[in-house]
Amino acid sequence: MSIFTYNGSALVAMVGKECFAIASDRRLGVQFQTIATDFQRIFKVHDKLYIGLSGLASDVQTLQQRLQFRHKLYQLREERDMRPETFAHLVSAMLYEKRFGPYFCQPVIGGLDRDDKPFICTMDSIGAIEHSKDFVVSGTASESLYGACESMFKPEMDPEELFETISQALLASVDRDCLSGWGGIVYVVTPDQVITRTLKGRMD
Amino acid sequence: MGDSQYSFSLTTFSPSGKLVQIEYALMAVAAGQTSLGIKASNGVVIATEKKLPSILVDETSVRKIQLITPNIGVVYSGMGPDSRVLVRKSRKQAQQYYRLYKEHIPVSQLVRETAAVMQEFTQSGGVRPFGVSLLIAGFDDDGPHLYQVDPSGSYFSWKASAIGKNVSNAETFLEKRYTDDMELEDAVHTAILTLKEGFEGQISGKNIEIGIVGPDRKFKVLTPAEVDDYLAEVE
Repeated sequence: MSIFTYNGSALVAMVGKECFAIASDRRLGVQFQTIATDFQRIFKVHDKLYIGLSGLASDVQTLQQRLQFRHKLYQLREERDMRPETFAHLVSAMLYEKRFGPYFCQPVIGGLDRDDKPFICTMDSIGAIEHSKDFVVSGTASESLYGACESMFKPEMDPEELFETISQALLASVDRDCLSGWGGIVYVVTPDQVITRTLKGRMD
Repeated sequence: MGDSQYSFSLTTFSPSGKLVQIEYALMAVAAGQTSLGIKASNGVVIATEKKLPSILVDETSVRKIQLITPNIGVVYSGMGPDSRVLVRKSRKQAQQYYRLYKEHIPVSQLVRETAAVMQEFTQSGGVRPFGVSLLIAGFDDDGPHLYQVDPSGSYFSWKASAIGKNVSNAETFLEKRYTDDMELEDAVHTAILTLKEGFEGQISGKNIEIGIVGPDRKFKVLTPAEVDDYLAEVE
């Protein structure tokens, strides 16, 4: 058993027209036993930047605390918010710092750049960044998410259509994965608002 | 001398509230060769005298304006060797920032880091303050910047500034000539005219240095030939 699959997770982000969406399941399990169904693995960095962390729940929380600390320090020092790409490189550098004893997390980052251009990327647990123009997936449900996203994704979707697509992709995928599911949460980020919705899924 | 018993330890205030070692450092700067900088609407120019102790010195080996990052340059007045320590530390800081964020360090952040080093050397044991003031010029996301950093570690952002010998004359001259809508080419001309004011002897491409940075964000130290072209333009 890999430590990445100990708690179970499904994480996905998609790009739309001047917006992006990031979504995850809400299960926290210990192998096959479900412990909680309201676990948060997507976090707001600032109004236009979100990070999702799949993998070991304890490392998810530790990493998010360290990232929030680093971003707050950056805001105080430079009197501005971090650009998504800059933030991605910070996460990458922090993960690679622990190259030989890594955080067991695979982050997904979504953000709107200065001209509100959407940016999404993912990386492995030691910080190798993978950029994407359409969608990125991560977690124990990543294989089924790849399939669902590849068949459902269209470019240039508006926020509502993007919400529908990412929700369907997530719900379809978690049903094919024992370790993730039990509802989902979706964030659709546009230049002037964030739509947050929780999804009801199969609770078994 | 009343101040003398306070002159040896850097970290001891004199009763009048002065740190005299820092004042002496400022005097070392004031004895140094003149440097100046002008922030134009679309870029920055920094310039300095390059007087050599003997005509036998190979002037091509002396470079007073140096790059910190591709878009930030620095010039000093005061002690050359001290400036090299600061340049080395600043470059390292800039590279550390780049390694962390994959983004060039903003001028304001670089200046703050450099000033922090200079401040440290006014409060640490076994060291003396740097005998230099720096003019740091750069172009980043927020546009053109010109900063002056003093031995005490205090720093200011200027539209135009001068350090070293003849500061007061140079500053008066700059105050007269500076306008807000100045463009980079005008600024270079003004910089040359200001240097000329206090210059002893014949000015040429070999005894001054000029560095410019414009919207292309590439800091460039002009070659003697390019400086000569500008000199011909102002005459």
